[in-house]
Amino acid sequence: MWTYVARKLLYNIPVYLGIILFLMLALRVNDPAYAFLGKNATATDLADIKAKLGLDQPFFYQYLEVLSFNFDVESWANEGLKVSEMLKRSIVPSLSITLPALTLTSIISITIAIISAYFRGRPVDRTLMVVAVVGMSVSFLVYIVFGQYWGAYLLTRDVGIDAFAIGGFEPGLKNWPYYCLLPVLISVIVSMGYDTRFYRSVMVEESGRDYITTAVAKGANKRKVMFVHMLKNAMIPIITRIMTTLPFLIMGSLLLEVYFNIPGMGRVLFKAIQEQDFPVIQSFVTIFAALFILSNILTDVLYALVDPRVRLS
Amino acid sequence: MSTTKTQPVLQVKNLSTCFKTDNGIVTAVDDVSFDLYPGETLGIVGESGCGKTVTSKSIMRLLPDHISFQKPESQVLFGGRNLCQASPREMRKVRGDRIAMIFQEPMTSLNPVFRIGWQLDEALEYHTNLDKAARRDRAIEMLRLVEMPEPERRIDEYPHQLSGGMRQRVMIAMALCCEPDILIADEPTTALDVTIQAQILDLMNGLKEKLNTAIMLITHDLGVVAQVCDRVMVMYAGRVIESATVREVFHSPQHPYTRALLQSIPKSGARQHGRRLPTIPGIVPGLFELPDGCRFQDRCELKEQRCVDEEPALELHDERSYRCHFPLGGQA
Repeated sequence: MWTYVARKLLYNIPVYLGIILFLMLALRVNDPAYAFLGKNATATDLADIKAKLGLDQPFFYQYLEVLSFNFDVESWANEGLKVSEMLKRSIVPSLSITLPALTLTSIISITIAIISAYFRGRPVDRTLMVVAVVGMSVSFLVYIVFGQYWGAYLLTRDVGIDAFAIGGFEPGLKNWPYYCLLPVLISVIVSMGYDTRFYRSVMVEESGRDYITTAVAKGANKRKVMFVHMLKNAMIPIITRIMTTLPFLIMGSLLLEVYFNIPGMGRVLFKAIQEQDFPVIQSFVTIFAALFILSNILTDVLYALVDPRVRLS
Repeated sequence: MSTTKTQPVLQVKNLSTCFKTDNGIVTAVDDVSFDLYPGETLGIVGESGCGKTVTSKSIMRLLPDHISFQKPESQVLFGGRNLCQASPREMRKVRGDRIAMIFQEPMTSLNPVFRIGWQLDEALEYHTNLDKAARRDRAIEMLRLVEMPEPERRIDEYPHQLSGGMRQRVMIAMALCCEPDILIADEPTTALDVTIQAQILDLMNGLKEKLNTAIMLITHDLGVVAQVCDRVMVMYAGRVIESATVREVFHSPQHPYTRALLQSIPKSGARQHGRRLPTIPGIVPGLFELPDGCRFQDRCELKEQRCVDEEPALELHDERSYRCHFPLGGQA
């Protein structure tokens, strides 16, 4: 098991080196310092800002610098603010939206999918699937705008219940429902349609298998058949789906953070791209690449844990 | 071969199972009646698609109930109850405990992600009051009973670590672990090679004698029938067309279809050398295009006008019954 993890990590080192090399080249096609300062920049300004990040050094030196996960570089747009500090500040707001959202979405949509698959072709299933299709056909932005208008603005003004904030963020568990519950709910509603339909098709496939008939013939009740026999067999696609969203979990939900004014990773990256804040962009991209590789390794390990037919050796 | 005529353990009366399809309702099993006695083996034979499996699944109520239903006059009498009317809860108590089933595909019938022991334990957990340790002992004992090598080690293995024959043994162990009154075996040996087939059949025979279980053996292999069955029921296009003891069926089949089936068994011996194997021309009619008269008419070499006009009834003649206007009589 651990040797497998170690070997996987070793295999992925060249992959990571390759990705970083490519990204660094791609980000340097246009001079980032020139892009940041604009056409009226003086030669000294350009030289100064390049020196700040070591862009005046040889490429190989820069490559090692990026590979060493050195985030102690200063942001260009926010003078004196280090990228590591920006990461530290924005990770908690991001996770406090994405983590509950992913957990809720997965639990709810897997449950609905199992029920739907079990009763497939019957009114229960049809109703649920119509709701899912309608739900996923409405744009993310519609949910956000109406959520903010009805859930936050009108609820406070007309009913007098100040349950949700229109935007903003305060740390602490006490403040969580006020600032985060609404965006989390919106995120759940948006992703539920897709997820339910995906999980349902997985479950429908499993529910037609012979071992389901065997379980019923043994005297198992519906709940046991659905949530033990069927669910464990459906774990591979479920894990795949959840794990691919894992890097995005840490990088935050860009739209929600921007619209709800939550200072998470997504919004920080969004702002950095707008401002051509090169040190921030480069750091975030390297982190994202690393997270992707790690979640792939984790996926492989989890496969082996749920399915005995997958061998780790 | 001697069947003690005690009380039947299972009585199926006028069982008709219908399916709702896009083209309307089809009756896959049409008015099937038979009795099953303790300790006997009843063979149900017929071509693919003649309703054998649907009959057995109807008894266990394993068919999806939103696309299938039994006609109201259908009765499956077991333990003083009509299983066609039983509640899901009552059905769960019967399934796996009083009536157990073995399926055709040992490769896919076991759940691939759970250990053998877990799957055996499941049936015991539902139907017995044994504690976990006792259930494990019982599971090992069952594996030993079905002649599984090294049961203590095998119990912790996954289905993919076992061969097809071993998996079918596990299925049998699972079916028999609560000592059911009836074992329904739906083509248990079709997917296995011949040597394993013989072992599995011997095993089932031995277990029947040991536990006095009634076995309903569904097969299209008449060799298997001759080897293990006491009585045979021949089905064609959803109907029972002949029902008799094994000896009677093999020595004096009355229905032309039964005879044709028997003739299409390859025989060994020098006399048969170079001779063509007789086959039955045509295929089983689809359930939507059943003829008005006898359902076998289009393939029958003895067809006459009466066969087209009128469907023969299943008539009882000295302990055996058949559905034909022109039975073959004494000839074989």
